[in-house]
Amino acid sequence: MSNASSAPSHATVLPNGWEMVIGLEVHVELDTKTKLFSASPNHFGDEPNTNIDPVTLGLPGALPVINRRAVELAIRLGLALNCTVQASTFHRKNYFYQDLAKAYQITQYDQPINIDGFMMLPGDVRIGIERAHLEEDTGKSTHFGGTSGRIHGSDYSLVDFNRAGVPLVEIVSRPDIRNADQARQYVSELRSILLAVGASDAKMEEGSMRCDVNVSVRKAGDPFGTRCEIKNVNSIRAVGKAIDYEARRQVDVLESGGTIRQETRHWDDAEGRTHTLRVKEDADDYRYFLEPDLVLLDPGAEWVESIRASLPMLPAARRARLSQLTGADKESEAVYVIVERGQDDYVQLVADAGGEPARALVYVQQAFSEAGANPVVPAKDLAALTLLERDAKVTATQAKTILSEIVANGGGDAVAIAAAKGFEALDTSAVEAMVDAAIAAQPDAWAKYCGGEEKAMGALVGAIMKSSQGKADGKVVTALLQKKRG
Amino acid sequence: MTSEFVSVVDIVGSIREGKTTASAVLEQHLDRIDMRETEIHAFNHVMAESARANAASIDADLKAGKERGPLAGVPIALKDNMCTRGVPTTCSSKILEGWKPPYDATVATRLQQAGAVIVGKTNLDEFAMGSSTENSAFGPTRNPLDTSRVPGGSSGGSAAAVAAGFAAASLGSDTGGSIRQPAALCGVVGVKPTYGMVSRQGLVAFASSLDQIGPFTHTVADAALLMEVIGGHDPLDSTSLDQPVPSLTAVLGQGVKGMRIGRLADMPDGCEPEVLARLDAAFAALKAAGATIVDIALPSLSYCLTAYYLVAPAEASSNLARYDGVRYGLRVESADLISMYGATRAAGFGAEVKRRIMLGTYALSAGYYDAYYGKALKVRRLIANDFAAAYQSCDVILTPTSPTVAFPIGEKTSDPLTMYLCDIFTIPTNLAGHAAMSVPFGTGAHSMPVGVQILAPALGEPTMFRVAAELERAS
Repeated sequence: MSNASSAPSHATVLPNGWEMVIGLEVHVELDTKTKLFSASPNHFGDEPNTNIDPVTLGLPGALPVINRRAVELAIRLGLALNCTVQASTFHRKNYFYQDLAKAYQITQYDQPINIDGFMMLPGDVRIGIERAHLEEDTGKSTHFGGTSGRIHGSDYSLVDFNRAGVPLVEIVSRPDIRNADQARQYVSELRSILLAVGASDAKMEEGSMRCDVNVSVRKAGDPFGTRCEIKNVNSIRAVGKAIDYEARRQVDVLESGGTIRQETRHWDDAEGRTHTLRVKEDADDYRYFLEPDLVLLDPGAEWVESIRASLPMLPAARRARLSQLTGADKESEAVYVIVERGQDDYVQLVADAGGEPARALVYVQQAFSEAGANPVVPAKDLAALTLLERDAKVTATQAKTILSEIVANGGGDAVAIAAAKGFEALDTSAVEAMVDAAIAAQPDAWAKYCGGEEKAMGALVGAIMKSSQGKADGKVVTALLQKKRG
Repeated sequence: MTSEFVSVVDIVGSIREGKTTASAVLEQHLDRIDMRETEIHAFNHVMAESARANAASIDADLKAGKERGPLAGVPIALKDNMCTRGVPTTCSSKILEGWKPPYDATVATRLQQAGAVIVGKTNLDEFAMGSSTENSAFGPTRNPLDTSRVPGGSSGGSAAAVAAGFAAASLGSDTGGSIRQPAALCGVVGVKPTYGMVSRQGLVAFASSLDQIGPFTHTVADAALLMEVIGGHDPLDSTSLDQPVPSLTAVLGQGVKGMRIGRLADMPDGCEPEVLARLDAAFAALKAAGATIVDIALPSLSYCLTAYYLVAPAEASSNLARYDGVRYGLRVESADLISMYGATRAAGFGAEVKRRIMLGTYALSAGYYDAYYGKALKVRRLIANDFAAAYQSCDVILTPTSPTVAFPIGEKTSDPLTMYLCDIFTIPTNLAGHAAMSVPFGTGAHSMPVGVQILAPALGEPTMFRVAAELERAS
C-alpha cells in the first residue's frame, strides 16, 4: 500500500467557505485462530461453509462463549488508540437477512470495551476515537442472475458462513476529520497501528479492514450539517475520492437551494460517484437488548495493565525515534515509509555500525523496498558506503551504482567495489583545472552562460564530465562554474 | 406420590445388586408405553431401538465389572426441546419437524455418561410456550391420572411420562413454571434449579434469561440424585455458575427442625379452596416437624405476571427469529426472500408462538422499549428485592404450585389470559433466578393431585430439598 500520510496535500478545498465534517467507522477482523464466540476456525479464503459449527450457524440450542484472545486483541488495539478499557456488555442487534444466521448480531451497544481514545495525525491534528467495540461478522451472500449483483432481481443467492462469527472491532472516530487527506492519513495510521499491535492483517482488498465514511458539510463555525454514510469504500485511495465527491455533491445540493437527506450511499469506484442505497426514514428498528446468553465482560485492571506492558513501540514513537536518529522530519515521506516497512531498526543497525544515518535512510528508502523488515545486506556494508559518499570518496551517482551491486549480491565491500569500478571522486583542484580547460575550449558557450543563458552550462558540464570520466562530482562542477561566472 | 412405580434409586440398587437388568427395566417401561402412549401422547419420538442397545451395553459392562455411573440402567425421557445428536428435536413445532441436531445437549451427555438410558423425546407446548401442552403442533398430551384433563405445561409430556411409568424420570425446562406446574398437575416431583446451575447448552431457547432445565421424578431423593448428575459448571454455557452442584442426596434426612418457613400474608385470589387446604396441611406438617411459620410479604408479586409476559416474549421474539427457512427446518418456497420468510413462519409457527413473537417484538420496539421491556426489567429488580427482604426472616417460602388442579382439556385454550394465570406462583422464581420445586401433597378437587411449591433463594437447593423430603415423609 502506498503511504498516504506524507503525500503532498491535494486536499480539495470547498468553495464559498464550506467545510467538510468527516467521521470514520472502520471494521477490522481480528487475527484470531477461532471465531468470537466459538471454536470454529477464523480463516479467509477456504471452501465455502467449511469453517462452521452449531454456534456459527445459529443452530437451536447453541450458545456463544467469548474468545479470550479476541478480547485481548481488542484491548491491545484500544490501548494503542489511547482508549479507556472498561467492563463491557453485549447486546443483540435484531434484523432478518439470509447471511445473519441467528437473525441477530451480537455486538456492543451502550457499554463498549474501549472508549474515549484519540489518534494524532501530521501537523498535530488530534482525531478523537469515540469507541472501539467488539462484535461478530456476518456471513457473505453472493447473488446470481439479474444484472445488478444485488439480491433484488437475482435468480438465487448462495450464502457462505465462513465469515459469520469472525471477531471484529469497529473503531468509531469522532467527527474531527476536516478533509480527505486527513481521512486517508487516519486510515493509513490505523492500519499501521493494527499491524504493529498484531490485532489484524488489515487487508482492505480481502475485507479484513472496511471503512464506512460519514460526510457532512457546513459553513465554518456553523453547527454540523446532515450527514450521509458512504459504504463500499474499499481502499485508502477510494476513501479520499469518495469524500471529495460526496462533499462537493452536498455543497451543490445546498447551493442550489436543496436539502441533504440523511441516508446511506454506495461508493461506485468505477464511476467515481456515490448513489443512494437507502434513506434513513425507513431504517430498521434493531430492537437492541442485552444479550442474555453472555455475562458482563470485565477484563480487570491487572490483565489490562499486563497487556499494556506487552505492547510494542507504536508507529508514531518509531517515527519520532527515526527522525531523531537521521535528522529527517518526522512527517517526511522517508520516515513514514521506513517505519511502515519496519526497517527503522535496520537503519539504527547501520548507524550502530558507524554509518551515517541520514544517508542510510536514503539508501534504505531507495533500494530496500522489497527487502522487508530484516534486509539480508549486512548493516556494516551499508555503513561503509555511507562513509565513502560522506567523505566524497565517491560521487552520489557512483554510490547509487555501488548500492545496486551490494543489494543485488546481498552484501559487499563498498571500498572494493568502488576500486574495481575505478570509482574515485576527484578533488576540487583537479576539477577546477578541468573547468578552466572546458571554458578555454568553448569560449562561445562560456560567453552565452555568462550572458545569462543557463542552458549553455550543459555543454560545459558535459565536457568536464567526459574529461573526468565521470569521476567529477556534478554538484561540485556546477558550483565551480557559478563561482567563476561571479 | 405415585407409589405404583419403582423409583430411580430403587432401580439403580436392583440393577447393581443383580436383582434385575437394565434391559429388563427398560422393557417394563416400553411395555407401559405400548399400552398407554396412544392415549396419553407423552412422546414426540420414542427411541426404543437405541434405548435397547444402550441397556444391553450397560448390562454387558456391569456383568464385566465395569462402573457405569450413578444412573446405570435408568430409563429417562427428555423434553423435545433438548438437542439429541441424530435424533429429531422438534420443540413440538412444524418449523423444526424432521430436524436432527448434530450435537447433544450438555444434560443429555451428562445423563448418558451417568449410565441413563434415554427412552424418548417428550411432547411440549410449542417452543415451551403454554401451560397445558395443548399448544403442541403434534396434538395435546393427556394427564395419565385423568385423560380428560391436561397434564399442565409446557413440559407436560415429561411430567406425564413419569406419572404414567413410561420413564423412571425425565427432564423438563422451566421458563415461568413449565416444570413445577405440570409436576403438580401430574402428581410428581419437579425441580426448577437456580439459574445457571444446569447448563442450557443444547436447550432450544425460549427466553434465555429465564430458561432452566430440571428433573421430574417420583421421589425427592430421585430428584436430588438427578440434580447431582445434570448440575454443575459447563464451559459451553457462559451463564453457567462456576461452581459444583451442592450435595443434595446427603441432606435429605436432616429434617426441618428450627427452620423458618415463609407464608404469604396476602394470598392472591383465584386459588381453589382444596389447594389452599393442602397448603395449610403442609405448613402444619412442617410445624409438627419442628419448623416455625413466618408471615412474609412479596409486594411486587402482582406485577410479576405482566413483567414475565414482556421479558419472556421479548427474548423469544429474538430467539425464534432464526427459524427463517434459510438453513434448516421448514422452508415454504416463495417468490423472494422476504415472502419466503413470511410464508415459512406463517406455516411453521402456531398461534401462541406467533402471539408471543408479536408481543415481544412490540415490547422491544423503538418508542416502546422504555414503557414495556424497560419497565419489566425494573419489576425483575423489585421482586428480587422483595425476596431478599423476605429471606431476612425465613429460609424458604411455601406456596401452592398452581392455583388449581389439572383442568379439562380445551377449558382454557380460547382465553390466553386465563391460561397465563396458571403461572402466578411460579413466575417470580424465574424472574429472580432463584430455585423452587413442586412436591406432591395429597389431592384436591376431582381427586386430582395438588403440588406444594417450595421457594428458595439462589443456591438454596440444600435447604429446599430438606423441606421437600420432610413434606414427602408427611404426605
